[in-house]
Amino acid sequence: MNDILEGMFSAFHLIISLDKDLLEIILLSLKVTLSAVLIASLIAMPFGAWLAVSRFRFRRMTIAILNALMGLPPVVVGLIVYILLSRSGPLGVLNLLFTPTAMIIAQVIIITPLIASISHQAIRDLWAEYHDLLISLNASKTQRIFTLIKDGKRSLLTASLAGFGRAIGEVGAIMIVGGNVDQLTRTLTTAIALETGKGDFAFALALGFILIALAILVNLAIHSISKTERASTW
Amino acid sequence: MVETILPLKVENAHISKRGKTIIGPVTFDITKQGFTTIIGPNGSGKTTLLKMMHGLERPKEGTLNWNCDLELARLHQAYVFQTPILLRRSVIENMIYPLRLKGMKHQQAFAKAKEWLEQINLLEASDLSAKILSGGEKQKLAIARALAPNPEVVFLDEPTTNLDGTSTREIETLLKKAIQTKTKIIMTTHDMGQAKRLSDEVMFVYRGKIHEFSAASSFFNKPDSVEAKAFLKGDILE
Ligand SMILES: Nc1ncnc2c1ncn2[C@@H]1O[C@H](COP(=O)(O)OP(=O)(O)O)[C@@H](O)[C@H]1O
Ligand SMILES: [Mg+2]
Repeated sequence: MNDILEGMFSAFHLIISLDKDLLEIILLSLKVTLSAVLIASLIAMPFGAWLAVSRFRFRRMTIAILNALMGLPPVVVGLIVYILLSRSGPLGVLNLLFTPTAMIIAQVIIITPLIASISHQAIRDLWAEYHDLLISLNASKTQRIFTLIKDGKRSLLTASLAGFGRAIGEVGAIMIVGGNVDQLTRTLTTAIALETGKGDFAFALALGFILIALAILVNLAIHSISKTERASTW
Repeated sequence: MVETILPLKVENAHISKRGKTIIGPVTFDITKQGFTTIIGPNGSGKTTLLKMMHGLERPKEGTLNWNCDLELARLHQAYVFQTPILLRRSVIENMIYPLRLKGMKHQQAFAKAKEWLEQINLLEASDLSAKILSGGEKQKLAIARALAPNPEVVFLDEPTTNLDGTSTREIETLLKKAIQTKTKIIMTTHDMGQAKRLSDEVMFVYRGKIHEFSAASSFFNKPDSVEAKAFLKGDILE
C-alpha cells in the first residue's frame, strides 16, 4: 500500500518536473505504438473487410487461424523477429535489430490479427445490412470493401483502439528486439521492467501510472473525434 | 452500346428453396415500355419473381435472357427493396453513391443529386443522416436514388406498403414521371387501387405461378382465370 502511494506521489512529481529523459521515453512509446497501430490497421482492415465479403474454400479455417493468432505470445513473436533481424538472419543486412523500427515490426505482427479479427466482425454485420443493395448496384469487390470500410469507420476505430491497448502495454517482444537501450529503444514498459528489476518500485510504479494515464488519454481523444463525426453524418 | 436491354425473355424458370417450389415453372416476356404490375396474395412469390428478374435470385432451372449479355443488362437496371436499404450516410451522399459507382464526376453527381432531392422535397434534409427520415421519406429517397442514374428498367417491391396517402401519392407521381422518360417499371403491389391507377399490364401471380398476364384494361374488366376473378372480387385466396 505504501509503495502504491509513494508511486502515485512520485508519478505526480515526475510529471510536474517534466523530466527530459521521461519525456523521451513517453514520446518513443507513443511513436512506436501509434506507428504499429497505423500500419497494422492498414493491413488488417482491408483484410478483415475482404474476409467478410468473400466466399472461398478455406474461409472458415482462415477465420479460425486469425482468431488463434490473436493470442500469439509476444515473447515468441519477439524471438522470431529477433532471429530474422539478427546479423546472421535472413534480414540481417537491414541492420534493424535494436532500433525502434524493429519494435514497430514486432508490434505490427502482434496486433494485426487482433485488429483484423475485430474489423472482420464489424464489417460482417454491416455487410449483412448492405449486401442486397451493393449486389443490386453492381459494386465491384473493391468498391464493396471500400464502402464497408468507409461506413464502418466507427466500429473500425474500436478495433484500432483495441490494438493500441494491446501494443502500448506490451513489453516482452519489444524488450527482445529493441534491447531496452537507453535513449534509443527504451519505452515506458521496458523502463518499468528495468526499474522493477533494480528494485526501484516507486519509480516503476510512477511510470506505470503514466502509462495508464496515456492509454486513457488516447482513448478519450479518439472517442471525442469519432463523436463529432457521428453528429454530422450517421 | 445496345439500343435497349429489353425484351427480357424468361423460359421455364423454376426456383425452389428447401425442396419447396416457390416459383414456377414460369414463361413470359417483358417487352414494351410502360408500367407492369405484379399482383397476387401474400406469399404468392411476387418478391422472389422480381428478384429473379433482377438477378438477385437464381433460377434452379430454366433460362432468363435480356436483349444483350447479362453484365451489360445489369448496368441498366435498378431495384427498390420493400424495406429501403439506405447507406449509413447523409441523404445527399445516398443519392450520390450510385452515380459515383457508375463513374460520374463528383461535381456532376452532386448537382444531379440536388436536382432529385428538390424533386422529392428533401433538399433541405440533404445533410441529415438518412436514418432519421420518416418511412415515406426513406422510400422516396430510395426510389430517387434508383431513378437518378437513368436506368432503362426499374424494379420496385411494394414501394407504398405501410405508407400514408400523401407519401403514396408523391411516390406514384414520381413513378408516372419516370414512365414518361421511357423508363420501364415493374412493380409488385397488393393495393388493387394502385394497380388500377398505374398499370399498363398486369401479371397475376398465385402460388408461384403466373395465372394471367395481360393488358390492364382487359385484366380488370374480364379476367380469364378463376383465381384472378376471385382475387379481384375480394375473396380470400390461400
Ligand atoms: N429464403 C427462403 N426460404 C424458404 N422459403 C422462402 C424463402 N424466401 C421466401 N420463401 C417463401 O417463398 C414464398 C414466396 O415468398 P415471396 O416471394 O416473398 O412472396 P410475396 O412477395 O408474394 O409475398 C413464401 O411462401 C415464402 O415463405
Ligand atoms: Mg413480397
